[in-house]
Amino acid sequence: MSGTYLGMPAFPKAAAVSTQNAQLRANLTHATHTIRDKRAKAVAELADWAELRQAGKEIKDRTLRRLDHYLLQAEAAVTAAGGTVHWAQAAAEANRIVADLVKAKGEREVVKVKSMATQEIGLNEALAAEGITAYETDLAELIVQLGDDLPSHILVPAIHRNRGEIRDIFREAMSRWGRPAPEGLTDSPAELAEAARLHLREKFLRAKVAVSGANFLVAETGSLVVVESEGNGRMCLTLPETLISVVGIEKVVPTWRDLEVFLQLLPRSSTAERMNPYTSIWTGTTRGDGPSDFHLVLLDNGRTDTLADEVGRQALRCIRCSACLNVCPVYERAGGHAYGSPYPGPIGAILTPQLRGLTSEVDASLPYASTLCGACYEVCPVAIDIPEVLVHLREQVAEHGTGHRAERAAIKAATWLLDHPAAYRTALRAAARTRRLQPRRLPLPGPAKAWSDTRDLPTMPEQSFRDWWKTRGQENTP
Amino acid sequence: MRVALFVTCVNDALYPGTGRAVVRLLERLGVEVDFPEAQTCCGQPQFNTGYRAETLPLARRTAAAFAGYDYVVTPSGSCAAMIHDNYPKLGLPEAESLPGRVYELTEFLVDVLGVTDVGAYYPHTVTYHPSCHGLRMLGLGDRPLRLLRAVKGLDLVELPGAEECCGFGGTFAVKNPAVSAAMAADKVRNALATGAEVLCGADNSCLMHLGGTLRRQDAPLRTVHLAEILASTEHSTEKEPLV
Repeated sequence: MSGTYLGMPAFPKAAAVSTQNAQLRANLTHATHTIRDKRAKAVAELADWAELRQAGKEIKDRTLRRLDHYLLQAEAAVTAAGGTVHWAQAAAEANRIVADLVKAKGEREVVKVKSMATQEIGLNEALAAEGITAYETDLAELIVQLGDDLPSHILVPAIHRNRGEIRDIFREAMSRWGRPAPEGLTDSPAELAEAARLHLREKFLRAKVAVSGANFLVAETGSLVVVESEGNGRMCLTLPETLISVVGIEKVVPTWRDLEVFLQLLPRSSTAERMNPYTSIWTGTTRGDGPSDFHLVLLDNGRTDTLADEVGRQALRCIRCSACLNVCPVYERAGGHAYGSPYPGPIGAILTPQLRGLTSEVDASLPYASTLCGACYEVCPVAIDIPEVLVHLREQVAEHGTGHRAERAAIKAATWLLDHPAAYRTALRAAARTRRLQPRRLPLPGPAKAWSDTRDLPTMPEQSFRDWWKTRGQENTP
Repeated sequence: MRVALFVTCVNDALYPGTGRAVVRLLERLGVEVDFPEAQTCCGQPQFNTGYRAETLPLARRTAAAFAGYDYVVTPSGSCAAMIHDNYPKLGLPEAESLPGRVYELTEFLVDVLGVTDVGAYYPHTVTYHPSCHGLRMLGLGDRPLRLLRAVKGLDLVELPGAEECCGFGGTFAVKNPAVSAAMAADKVRNALATGAEVLCGADNSCLMHLGGTLRRQDAPLRTVHLAEILASTEHSTEKEPLV
């Protein structure tokens, strides 16, 4: 994934800082609660939501089982329609393909449609290293780019910013990237949107090359689908001469009939709309209509490895709606940056460690960034059992990760005690006898301090339940 | 009717009053209660922290302890959910029949005994926090609330944001203390805003986390397990310690 996230601290460390940021907490609570309530209403309108969800899950599973077949079908269809298909196993390979295509056109700049796949591979940074400037055209991605920031949400990348902060970013940075912000720009949403529109329009009209991702790739006709709200994506997809789409291999759906299910699931789960304002669909190239040169880069970047994991593979069903982020109590408090990846929140906690591996400090900490409360699973439109995958990944960390030796020893000791009731009873009695000596607050380091920094410890009772039961039995038996 | 009580390790060691309350309540309703002493812990902390191998002996022990009982009742939605949802993943033939025989307390009262008015008396203002595993994994729905509404003298007030996790999450509470504490702070603020005297729940591990937070703040609100409220009558003799 992106080099910009390299060297991020472990989730608990990053979250310890971000939870103290009152402005961030207020921005996130307001935004996530608003979207989550709207989503609940949009979903409640459909009497057959449970069946749609089941269908979405089954279509994705069926496709993933024969992914090789559908990808080859899609490749043949795209090629037949005048497009060129490239296969990229890793991020660097995908970035190289895109950079070479842009340079072959003699261009030094591209406009971009909002895309998670290109965030994942760090395309903008890779292009910059080749002297190519990538302009983000999604409003929120623009805010992130101008602010020299990182996205913190899948759907709403600038969710951590409020409008005052956005006004300041526009005033300060727009002139360095192109058309400056209008004089006297205020924080009114209409003025901010107009400033972005003027700034971006100049880029749409100038650009010769556009880069996009895709929400879906329909195998039977080789058609690509982008759903969006602003229309800026539509500009990029139709105005430039060359279009390069970087698409994860799990985005394929077999037929248009399958697509129909997802075009219902995605907008309601994501923006809480019955239908998103712009749905752009294109198939190869069409003479006199839109780009005359189309390239599809099919990206693996850890997906085949994820597919090989029987429990973890369900993460590949994800359609990037971000409903799980909006209901997650941990995401709401920690914010998206703590996850150290363009995929934050519950889905990020299971997707990132599978795509990148568990070697870095932050990636190994992600499976633990959850209370397993299950709110994410409940809202997931393709029924990804995120808690199940989190526990599965914890098993891998506990097995192979560093720094888990002490934990393993403690767990083993506790398990031994709990598997020997006589010793267990003795331990409970010892704890009860020394109850007056036990403090409610511990200044010692380690897990006990992590607990007692903000919470008193419970008081040991005089007698365990099993000892009470024994005395009760004796009283009852003459 | 004869049932086995699965008291859970947390209640056995730290909240025996909850176990005693379940016994009083069930016996009052004419149920004969056994406590198989071979039981200890269901293995949820091991399982959820990623230690599947260490879960196995405890799952075997739990299955063996409750073999021969048609009804196993537990005052913890979380431990019941562990057995219902995760035991089948362990591939233990000896534990195969257990999930179908394990009932969380409110599920047993409402679905098996068919009662919502258990004859309790509790003259206090109470707000209820539905713990996540009972709510989402077991799907307990409004069973706890129906039981509370039928308690004489009890004034039930709605908890804002009730369905949001309290931030305990087992080892999460110590692995991610900052987020855990932030979640507890919000839950506690919502609970205090109700003006209730008692914050009730059906899982003592969540109440330990919230109670510890409340006590640190010297807040005028105490946590009480649902079983202790349902066991209370006008003639209650047992003085339960405040948790």
